[in-house]
This record gives sequence, structure tokens and C-alpha cells, in this order.
Amino acid sequence: MNKEFDILVIDDEQVIIDAVLKICSAEGYKVDSSLDAKDALKKIESNHYKIFLCDIMMPDIDGFEFLEEIIKRKLNSYLIMTTGFSTVENAVKSLYNGAIDFIPKPFTVDELVSSIYRGLKYYEIQNAIKLSKNKLNDESIFYVPCPAKYYRLGYSSWACQEQTGSILIGIMDLFLKTIDSIFEIDLLKIDDEVLQGNSCLQIKSEKGEMVHQVLAPVSGRILERNEAVINEISIVEKDPYFKGWIYRVIPSDSEYELRQLIPCSSDRI
Amino acid sequence: MFKKIGFKLIVAVGITAIVTIGIFSYFNIRTHSSSLLAEVERSANQLSETIKHSTRYDMLLNQRESINRIINTIGEQPGIREVRVLNKVGEIIYSSHQGDVGKVIDKKEESCYSCHAANKPLTRLPIKDRTRIFRPVGDSSRVMGIISPIYNEKSCWSADCHAHSSSQTILGVLDITISLAEVDKQIRKSEMEIVVFSISAVIALSFIIGFFVRRWVDKPVKELLNATNQVGTGNLNYIIKDRGDDELGMLARSFNNMTKKLSEARLQLFQSDKMASLGRLAAGVAHEINNPLTGVLTYSSFLLKRTQDNPELQEDLKVIVRETKRSREIVKSLLDFARQSVPKKNEANVNEIIEHSISVVENQLTINHVKLIKNFDNNLPNITVDANQLQQVFINLIVNALDALNKEGGIITIATSQIRLSPYGITHIKKAVCPKRHDLMDNETKIEGMPSIKLKIKNDEKEGFINLDPVYGKDNHIYEFTPDLKKEIFVSCPQCNVSLIEPDNKCPKCGSPIFTFEVLGQGFFEGCINKSCNWQRWDVVDSGGLKDYIEIKISDNGCGISKEDLPKIFEPFFTTKGQKGTGLGLAVIWGIIDNHNGTITVESELNKGTTFTIHLPLQQNRQ
Repeated sequence: MNKEFDILVIDDEQVIIDAVLKICSAEGYKVDSSLDAKDALKKIESNHYKIFLCDIMMPDIDGFEFLEEIIKRKLNSYLIMTTGFSTVENAVKSLYNGAIDFIPKPFTVDELVSSIYRGLKYYEIQNAIKLSKNKLNDESIFYVPCPAKYYRLGYSSWACQEQTGSILIGIMDLFLKTIDSIFEIDLLKIDDEVLQGNSCLQIKSEKGEMVHQVLAPVSGRILERNEAVINEISIVEKDPYFKGWIYRVIPSDSEYELRQLIPCSSDRI
Repeated sequence: MFKKIGFKLIVAVGITAIVTIGIFSYFNIRTHSSSLLAEVERSANQLSETIKHSTRYDMLLNQRESINRIINTIGEQPGIREVRVLNKVGEIIYSSHQGDVGKVIDKKEESCYSCHAANKPLTRLPIKDRTRIFRPVGDSSRVMGIISPIYNEKSCWSADCHAHSSSQTILGVLDITISLAEVDKQIRKSEMEIVVFSISAVIALSFIIGFFVRRWVDKPVKELLNATNQVGTGNLNYIIKDRGDDELGMLARSFNNMTKKLSEARLQLFQSDKMASLGRLAAGVAHEINNPLTGVLTYSSFLLKRTQDNPELQEDLKVIVRETKRSREIVKSLLDFARQSVPKKNEANVNEIIEHSISVVENQLTINHVKLIKNFDNNLPNITVDANQLQQVFINLIVNALDALNKEGGIITIATSQIRLSPYGITHIKKAVCPKRHDLMDNETKIEGMPSIKLKIKNDEKEGFINLDPVYGKDNHIYEFTPDLKKEIFVSCPQCNVSLIEPDNKCPKCGSPIFTFEVLGQGFFEGCINKSCNWQRWDVVDSGGLKDYIEIKISDNGCGISKEDLPKIFEPFFTTKGQKGTGLGLAVIWGIIDNHNGTITVESELNKGTTFTIHLPLQQNRQ
């Protein structure tokens, strides 16, 4: 019975399971499915899954409880949250509680595929870190964690409060490591509003074949964009936390929103 | 009825009146009757003296016939019952009743008793003791008798008849009895009068009290009762009309105040409840629709990927994907609506937005015979706005204007133009912080609907707060006390107390100290501490020079807004339309214009009309 799967889809809607199965099989992934979280918990007893694609609103055990359970069990698996009730609160809460990504329903094939692609990459990186720790002699650094005073939304983006009260927004290095080299970056305009947990920029990778959405860590009005990054994309990859910042925003409610984010200082213990 | 306050009051006052009038009448009747009796007594005494004197001569001559005649004549007068003369032993010698002559009266009889009560008969009696009031048997009316002793005189015993010896002191007694029927009648009459008077007084008093109790107690209480019933059944707009300045009037006023507060609270509750249920509905709809939409979107986009060699199919599939994505946006906007949406700004022409808004309300304009005048500047540049939200603003303002027009010949004028304005008097501080980055904005105290800037001030041992007008160049500040400029003034952050005074600078206009704080993202703001000096400087904004705005004026010639209401109209839940409005329209409008970094102001004159002026900046970025 001990089987290896790439993905376990947990959703109480058969049509969504079918769609995900179809798409992921076409992409060449090994996919399993459950109609509810109880069944899923039974399945993880015997099988191993790299990532879960889990709905929030389910009977008996909801997505958040399932997420809590798999974190408690310290499984070597990661969870991507999805829901039809796609509010900011749900997105932020999922990421705060340890989900690696959040896909609002309804999603397109591209959105799903890019998220799963990043999820599997994330799995590989985490596995490699664990292996390197086991070996002890391998000191290679896999990604740069965010500086202590920063806050992060999942492993997608970071926010840093500046002295003037404005907030800098950028992309986490780990996120960049899960996508292939940046081909193109699509930014919003100055004076546009960004909304916490909603997409604030798109990164095209692999010659534009895959589009990755970066979720904004805080809400606010864009005061300034990093022109250096627009001119030279590679700055983001070289120095994602300082020279590679993306937006400077005037936050609308930073006090509340920053509390919904994970302080980077907690990663270092 | 017997439990009513009015009745109880009437009973209490009636009893008091009866007791008072009763005691008064008792003494009054007593005095009255005794004075009447005294009068009768006096006249009876006078009469007996008259008889004595007029018969004296005949007595001396012993002309009995003549004496009889006089006594009879007097005895026949009305009111006089009997006149008789008794000799010493009690024998009736003369009498107006002829039959009685010769009879002997027992000394125990009433007429004799006053003198002969004691063993030895008295010779002299005061007038009071000589009178007696008695009721002869079988006769209903009282009688007053007066005896008058006839004393022996020299002429009596020296007279020719030699009837009396000189040793006698009293020769006999003249006894007159007078009927008191007339007097008794008078007393009864005045008794009757007093009873009638007291009964009518009590009745009149009751009616007067009843009238005033009705007016001052019954009616207001009934009105209050009615009002509580109305409120009880849910009509919170019921207002008790002014009921004067007495306690019940005060109660009525405080009742009105209570219902007003209640209705405000209910409205607020209703509004938030409505928003909450709308939110729940939106969430439910979103969840339910998003699942099937996921099916459509994933399959169609999957097909789109797999049929890249079939351009005909591609076109159709692209339509499906595009429209499903659109549905996704619609559902998302439903969710956004439930949680105060952020404006979705696009390039748009304000004239076109106004045209769209007018087309929505055109029917209502025609129905109400309202003339609409459009003074549009056709060269208006496009600006970046949320067209939907602005449309909401214009529709709302036009409908408001329509509501204000209740007479014939209503005219609504909408004018647009492009103007250049100095930032002074227009730019609005939205986020001010102290050097330690504490928020200085005070949402509790609003000036013209905008949160003010709160600073702490210490001067001459007094400590208080200043609430600054957040509009650059306007000086509707609220000072808790007027600082004494001769004494040292400290201005600080209310949270951390860090000083905001610029130590080296003085106001260039009046030389007073100046304070400074930072406006987030927009440099430093400086102002003069002197309340009567309006000097302010905001370098970042000033350096931008004149700025371009689009001005939209919507005016009507309707009923206008009163001066008292004018400052409050942008406050949430303020309404003059009663049940018709929620009082949220203008508050929402203010919020939308504010979100566009614009301003909205109002001018109005009662019965002349109202003009709303909106300024929207051409460039959205503020720096």
C-alpha cells in the first residue's frame, strides 16, 4: 500500500477533483483525491504525498483543521489552500497558519499549474535542506531567509516598515528559488491600491510560459516603484531584501495587517 | 375613573373646601342669628317701654277701657303674639287676648321664672335676663318673651283710685311675647343660602380643577402614554409636540430625546445588520458559484491549452475563458462590496460619467417637471477615477437636489470646468505623526467631517488639547483653552509627550512659537500656536504650486439647508428626510470623493437653493 504521490486533492466537489486530476495528470504528476478531510487523514497513514491541494469549506473537518493536523504530525508534506470563499482573511489566515500557497477559486489551468509547480519545488528545497542537515558537511545555502525586522506573507512576499511610516514590499528569496529565472515582471502603476493577500505583481518565467502571482503582504497605495528593478530584473534575484524591493506603499492599516503576517525573526530560532 | 389623579385631586380639594366653608358658615350663621335676635330683643324692649309710657296716664286715672284699647291695638300688630299686664300675684289684668284676663299664672311659669326662681323675688333685672325664647306647645315657630316690671311711684299710690299702697316696690309686670317666625325664616334662609353656596362652590372648584388637571396633567400624560405605546409598537419617529416647561414638558422632551437616540441606534443597527446579512449572502453566493465556475474555468482553460492546433476552437474557448473570468470578477466584487471596496480607478471623462448618471434619473426629472441645465466644459481632460463610484456620487447628489425641489419651476444646474487652485485651503492632511511616529489623527473629534489633528498643549499651569483643522490654510481649530502667549507654551504629542515646538523659529507673522509635525509621505507641516494667527506652512505642498482640478458644481433652487444643519450633513446617520433616508448618502459621497483625494463642499441658503462643489485633482499623485 505504501505509495508515493505528488499531490492529494481534497475537495467536497467532485467536479473540482476531476478537473484537477485531469490537469495534473496531463502535466505528468501522480495525483490522488479525497472527498473529505477524514478520508485524506486515513490516506496519509499509508501513502506519502508531496503536496496537498485542500479546500477550506468542507464537512466535519475543514481546511484549517486539516492544516493544523498535518503540521502537528510533522509530515514531510506541504499544503496549498484553495477556496470558493476567497476573501483576504482566508488567504492571509491560511498562509499565517503554515499553508505554502493560496489559490482562490475559480482558478485557471495556468494558475493551478504554476502553484503546484512552485509547491513541488518548495518540497524539493525543503527536502534538500533536511538532507544537508543530516550530512552536516554540506554547507551549501539553499535560500536567504528574510532579515529579522521584516514580516512575511507565507513564503511569497515580505514587508518592511520604514522610518517614515511607509512600507517596502518585496519578494521572498525562497519564492524566487521555486520559480525558474525571471523572464518578465509585471508591476502595478504608481497610485494603484494593493490589497493584502491579493496579487500585486506577476512574474513570468521560462520564456513566459508560466505566470506566478505574488500576493501583497499589506494593503495600501503605491507611492513608488523600484525603477532599478524595472530596468534590471536580475537585481531582485541578487538582492531580494534590500536593493531588490518592489513597491513603497503608504499602508492603509499597517498596525492590524502586520499582525497577520509572520515576523521573520521567528524563523531564526 | 376613581383611580385617576384628577379625581383624587378633586376629592381632596372638595373635602378641604367643604370643611373650610362649613366652619366659616357655622360661625357666620351664629353671629347672624344672634345679631338678629338682639335686634328683635331691642325692639321688643323699646315696645314694652312705649306701652308702659303710653298707658301710664290711663293707669293713674284708672281708665281701664283706654288701657285695654291701647294693649289690644298694639297686640294686633303683626309679629306681636300677646301683650299682657300681670299684677303682683300673677293675675292677668290686661291682655290682648281678652279670654286670658282674670287668669292666674303660676310663678313657675316661664314668664315669671327669671325673677321668681330664687326664693325672694328680684326687683331689678338686666334686659338679657328679662327676655326668654321658648316654643309654646303645638306651635312650630319660636317665641320671644320680654317682661318689663312696673315699679311703684309716688304718683301711683297718691292717685285717686288708691289701688296701690306706698309699700309696694313692684306693682306688676308687662309681658310682651313676639313671634320669632320671621327671624327663624331669615336664619333658615341664610342657612339654605350658605349650603347652596358651598355646594356650588365645591362643584365650581371641582370643575376648575378638573379643567386644569385635564389641561396640565391629563392631556400630556395621555400624550406620553400614547407616545410610549407608539414607541412600544415600533414607531420610533413619534415625537411629542412641545409641552411647555413644566415637569411633564421636561419628561416629554427627554422622552423625545430618548426616542431619537433609540431610532438612531436602531438605524445604525439596521444598517450594519443589513450590511452583515448582505455580506453573508455575498459570501454564500460566492462560495456556491465559485465551485461550478472552477469546473468551467479549469476545463475550458485546459481545452484551450490542448487545442492549440485548432484555431477555430481556440477562438470559442477563449470567449468561454474570458467570460468565466469576468464572472469571477463579478463574484469577487460582490465579496469586495461586502467589505468596503477599494476604488477601481480607470481613465474616464467626468462629463460622460455625469451624462450616464443623468440618464439613470432622467425619468424622475421629467415626472417632477424639473429643468436640468448642463454647463459642461467640453475640453475636460480625462482623469483616473472609479467611474462607478463617481456615478453613485452624482446620482445621489441629483436625487438629493430633486428631493429639495418641491415647488414648480425647479431647476438643477450641473457645471463642469477645469480650474487651477492653490493647495492652500484645499489640501487635506490625512495622516500626521509625531517624531516618534505616533498617530496624531483624532477620529473622535471631526472638523467639517474630517478627522482633526490632536496636540497636547501646556501653558501657565493649564493642560489641554488642541484639535487642528486638517485642511491646510483653514483655521477652524478647537482649542480647549486660549493659551497665554506671554507665558511659555509647550505643545507635544498626546501619546509620548515629545515636544512639537520648533525651538529656533518664531511665527513670521506674529512672532509666537510655532509647532511642527510630519505628514506621512508629504513632508513637514508647520503652524503658529497663536489662536488668532492663521500662519501655516507646508513646503512640500506649496512647492507643487497651483494644481489642476476638475470642478463639478451641482446646484438647485430648492428649499436649501439651514445654517445649523449645514456642518452636520456629511456626518453619517444625519438626515432631515425622516424615515425616507438613512443619513448615509452624503457620508458615503464624502468617503468616495476623499478616496479620490478630492474635496466636496456645500453652500446653501434657506429657500434659495443649495450648491455642492466637488474638486477632483487632475493628477492623482499628491507629491
